[in-house]
Amino acid sequence: MPVTCTSEGRNLTASIYGEIDHHSAKDIMKELDRQIERIIPLRLVLDCSGITFMDSSGIAILLRAYHRMKSLTGETTIIGVPPQPAKVLKAAGLHRLMGVQTGT
Amino acid sequence: MPAVSYTNEVTMTFLSRSANEGFARVSAACFAAQLDPTLDEVGDIKTAVSEAVTNAIVHAYPEAMGKVFLRLRLFSDRTLEIVIRDWGVGITDIEKARTPLFTTGNEERSGMGFTIMESFMDSVRIRSKEGKGTTVILRKRFSPRAGAAL
Repeated sequence: MPVTCTSEGRNLTASIYGEIDHHSAKDIMKELDRQIERIIPLRLVLDCSGITFMDSSGIAILLRAYHRMKSLTGETTIIGVPPQPAKVLKAAGLHRLMGVQTGT
Repeated sequence: MPAVSYTNEVTMTFLSRSANEGFARVSAACFAAQLDPTLDEVGDIKTAVSEAVTNAIVHAYPEAMGKVFLRLRLFSDRTLEIVIRDWGVGITDIEKARTPLFTTGNEERSGMGFTIMESFMDSVRIRSKEGKGTTVILRKRFSPRAGAAL
């Protein structure tokens, strides 16, 4: 599974790994949906530091999680974004919508 | 044989299976390696190819498997040209398809594919005919590098 989730109370951290494209996106979306429904988090941290490649399929994943969290009045933070995915997020303007912290 | 204007070329055809998205972008990145590109340039190529090939796989052939053609060409001025062609349903309104956030796909698609191709490549040309298929031509000129083959 290209995503691993850990929770502490109602804080959910999801670490996403590997190559994120249309081929791998469905499984990640399903798992995030499942975890958000289970925990009803107040805070979701998406740790992107393990991503080795990401195209616009990743934008759909992050936007979906963000909208789910918003409907629960929860907060979403994206951390550790490597340079290539960061460029994709920037081209899509996602950094204007949610908190994005880049990594090395 | 007539003289060619390009210095190298690779062509391939593959089935519209999502597993081939990774194959296509890695092939393009390997071909571009002879330009001794920066990491940033490799990322740009992989991202743009991934977007174009995913479009062919998801949108051109929504019901059945079809063939996707990929051609990579290098020119002596360090321009890389990437052609992605399908024989699928075609795009009804190209201008609309290029609009950020517009998608005919489900919520798994972000509608940002062409926007990303445009911001990562120097030029993006699209030719499409309904019921006949779509051709996307991506071009990028690589920065000069000491010690590069071209």
